[in-house]
Parts: sequence; structure tokens; C-alpha cells
Amino acid sequence: MSRPQSLCLIVFFLLGLAALPANRNELAAQERRADLETISVEAASVAPEAKELTVGEEFNAADTMWVLISTAFVLLMTAPGLALFYGGLVRKKNILSVMMQCMFLMGLMSLVWFLWGYSLAFDTDILNGYVGGFGKAGLMGVLPYWDAETSTPMLPLEGSIPEIVFMMFQMMFFIITPALICGAFAERMKFSAMCMFAVLWGTFVYCPLCHWVWSANGWLSPEGAYHAFDFAGGTVVHVSSGVSALICAMMIGKRLGHGQEPMPPHNLTYTTIGTALLWFGWFGFNAGSALGVNPLAANAFVATHICAATGLVTWAGIEWVTRGKPSILGGCSGAVAGLVCITPACGFVTPLEGIWLGFIAASACYFACTSLKSKFKYDDALDAFGIHGVGGAVGALLTGVFATRRVTGDANGSGLLEGNMHQFANQTISVVAAVAIAVIGTVILLKFVDLVIGLRVTHEEELKGLDLTQHGEEGYIFL
Amino acid sequence: MKKIEAIIRTFKLEEVKDALSEIGVQGMTVSEVRGFGRQKGHKEQYRGAEYTVDFLPKAKMEIVVGDDQAQKVIETILQSARTGQIGDGKIFVTSLDQMIRIRTGETGDEAL
Repeated sequence: MSRPQSLCLIVFFLLGLAALPANRNELAAQERRADLETISVEAASVAPEAKELTVGEEFNAADTMWVLISTAFVLLMTAPGLALFYGGLVRKKNILSVMMQCMFLMGLMSLVWFLWGYSLAFDTDILNGYVGGFGKAGLMGVLPYWDAETSTPMLPLEGSIPEIVFMMFQMMFFIITPALICGAFAERMKFSAMCMFAVLWGTFVYCPLCHWVWSANGWLSPEGAYHAFDFAGGTVVHVSSGVSALICAMMIGKRLGHGQEPMPPHNLTYTTIGTALLWFGWFGFNAGSALGVNPLAANAFVATHICAATGLVTWAGIEWVTRGKPSILGGCSGAVAGLVCITPACGFVTPLEGIWLGFIAASACYFACTSLKSKFKYDDALDAFGIHGVGGAVGALLTGVFATRRVTGDANGSGLLEGNMHQFANQTISVVAAVAIAVIGTVILLKFVDLVIGLRVTHEEELKGLDLTQHGEEGYIFL
Repeated sequence: MKKIEAIIRTFKLEEVKDALSEIGVQGMTVSEVRGFGRQKGHKEQYRGAEYTVDFLPKAKMEIVVGDDQAQKVIETILQSARTGQIGDGKIFVTSLDQMIRIRTGETGDEAL
């Protein structure tokens, strides 16, 4: 069967799956009704027969609004944010390929999350806290349902917000995480291989890891044996994507001519705009993770900003001192390093500690991108590992150092500096676990994709550029 | 007839053009070119990776004039394009065999 035919079949299969759960949805939702403690509200008096969609008594409009806005913020991070950030860093014959990867993942990963991803990540587990079940596949029990007893349409809640809003917020993380990996294999991976890898990676690496850390039953969650602090995705998003990116860069190999011919970024203007949009979106990423309008969101918001600011000044400052000139790419890289590092910590440290995190993260990532990469000679094209892998791991570990009861409000919610060795150990365990699942998962999945469709474009295609050979388009037609 | 090619700094282009117009030069062709002489290039750094850029952007002017006017044109370019710093460019002078105006078919000095 030709490739287009197979793709069509896959799409029809996915659509069919999406249509299936409609009825099961209502049944499952009714079973959950007792737990949800939903109440119905009288509909508008002008139309007594019609009943408005109602939600549970814990529903909070402000919380819901903030998470809805945050969700949109986080989507903005993938495109245009990351698309421009990465797009500017590649050569001009490959800009569309990078933008297409970001853009397409917004569609592809959304469908995967809708159909089975959310369930694998957040349903009650089927393997002792290691992965969720299929109880919420196709958003069963999450979408609005009809309550036969009260003849009212109902909407399940997660905390004080509708569960579909929570699902949607989490979906944005599911989209951006594989998009981050694209920075490592930029300019040389087949588009079809990227799609297949992203779906498999999301299913077998992201969802289990997300379940471990953020579901109610995960072994790294608050209820689990090794509670790891990960407010907005230091391990779930950044360590997992960064480490997987490194494996991708090593397994796919260097770009043709890497080390012999110059491959400077083709448009740092885009990269700067992309960084600014990432920074903007990151407020939703981190402060939205408080899942409500509360002190935690306020703290996360400010800590996020201060850490990014420190990261920017630090990286540019290091360049200024060691090389004589502060570069805009250095400033952008430092800001992103700071944002990555504060991600796990922003709900556990104050903005003051954010300064330390930003300083340490920018220094560590600078070292990874300049010295480590050239020493070990891997071609992490856009430094996905150097910034997200290293920044994420540093952030997760430093969360265990700087976490403070002033923010967590819990005597045990503290880090090394407040004498809590235990939490630092948990943070280390979570990083090791994330590295392990990312390495093992990525190696196996890449081998599989390589076997089925091949990972890399041909030499000729790589020389021509991926824009033309993968998408039949050019980024700069008028130049 | 002489063809004078001058490689000059891009920011000097307007000044040279005005000076040439003043001494009665009727037309010229200008292109953006890249190259290097003794000035060589410069270094660029991206996240610690260093790139040497050999070819620097310059403007190339091509002017065709009669033999009697050539020296005046060269002197004018020398004066107006000079900064005294390395990288000011060069002037190449060649003898021209023939020149034809496409619209009328005129040849030689008549076509100037």
C-alpha cells in the first residue's frame, strides 16, 4: 500500500475511534456522578424547559478563566513561539520544515491526547502507578453528559475547574514537549518519521512519565512513594524532551557537512521574536499550573519572570566577559534556560530563589552548549538537550535545594536549605527516572521507526533542504 | 572607450554617484557584491560556535566613458570613495572594444 493510502486509513481509524465513545461516555459519566457531587442549577426563567450545562458545586469561574487563558498562552509557545525560535536558528532552506513540525504537532498531538493520551496520563492506573488505563479514552467521563435523574446536562470537575479545561491545559504540554525534541534532529529527519516518532514517544514516554508525576496515583506524585516536586514540568516536559533530543541527535547522526561548512542561524530576528513569545507563553505554562487564581499562581508568575531575567543577563554577561561581546542569541538562550529551570520550582520557591536558579541554569546551559557539545561532538542542531535537558535537570534538582515552606505552606514541603534531605533525594530519583524512561523509550522507538520508514532523508534531499523535499514549498520565494 | 569598475564601500555609494554626476557621467550600473582583499573578513559567534565570514558586502560600480574622460572619473572615485582605512576597495580600468545602444543601434562614442 502506498504511503498516502496508509495515511488516509490511519486518519479514518482515528476519526472512527473519536466517534465511538459518545454513548459509553454517558454511561461512565453517570457512574462517576456520586463522586463528583454535582448539583444542578435552575435554568433561566424565560425558558423553563431548557436546562443550562451545569457543573459541580466546587466550580470557580475565576479559576476556570485563568486556566483557559493560560491554555491559550501555552499553545502560543509552540507556534509561533517555538516555531520562530527554532525557525530562525536553522538554515533558510529548512525554515518551513521546522515550522511545519511545530504546527503539525499542534494537530497531531491534540488528537492523540484526545483519543488515548489523556487517559494514559490521568486515568486511574492499570500497572501499580506506572501508567493510566483506558477509562478516559476518547474523553470518556470528561465531556458533558446527560444526567437522567435531574434531566440536566452536566460537566465533570477537576478541582474547581471543569475537567475538560484541565484536560485541554495538559494537552498543550503534550504538544510542546515533542516539539522541543525537533530542535535536535532539525534539518535532517524525514517528516513522516518525525510524525510517527512523536505519536509513539507521546504514548510510551510522555504519558507514563506524566502519570508518575502528576496523576493521583503515580509513584512520583504527592500520593506516591517518592513524591517529586515538579510544578509545571521540569522532569515531565524538559528532562524527558531534552534527554530524548540528545538520543535523537546521536542516533540520527550529524548534519551533512557538520564541522566542515558553516551552519550559522539564518535569521536571529525570528529567534528573538520567538523567545519573547515563549517568555510570554511561559507565564501560562507555570502560573497556569496552579490551576486557579491563588497565591501559588502569583508566586509562580513572579518567580518565572525573575528567573528568566536572571538567566538572560547571566548568559549574555558570561559572553561579554569571556568573548568581549554579549550576543542576542546568548541573551535569548539564557532567558529560555532560566524559564526551563524555574518550571519545576516556581510553585515551591520564592522569586528570590528564582535569581539563584536563573544564574545557575544559565551558567550550566552555557557550559553544555559551548563546551560539552563540542567535546562530545554530537550534533544537537538547536541545543534542545543543552538547554532543555540540562536546564530541566538542574531545575528539578535545585527545586530540592531551594524549596521553602514559605511557599508550600507545609513543614515537609522544603528543600536542602531548610534541612530536608529527603526531598532532594526524591528530586534526584525523579530526574534519574525521567532520564531512564527517555533514554530507553527513545532508543527503542527510534529503532522501530528506522526499521519501518527510515529516520533520515537522503543525502540529496538534505542538500536541497527539507522545505522543498519534504513539503514542496520554499520559505523565501521572493528573495 | 574605457570601462571603469570600482569596488567600493556600500555606504560610500551615494557620495560617489553624486560626485560622478557632477563631472558629467551619464550613466552607471551598480551591483551588490561580496568579496575580500587585504581587509579579510570577520568572525561571528553563535552559542560559542565560531564562524569566519570571508566575504564582505561591497558595491560594484561599472561606468563606461570616453578615453578623454576616464582619468577624471578615476580621480573623482578616488576622492569620493576614500576613507583612508583598509577595505576602501579597488578600481579596475579596461579598454572597451565596442558599445551599442540597443534602442537606436548607435555604436561607439555615439552610444555613450
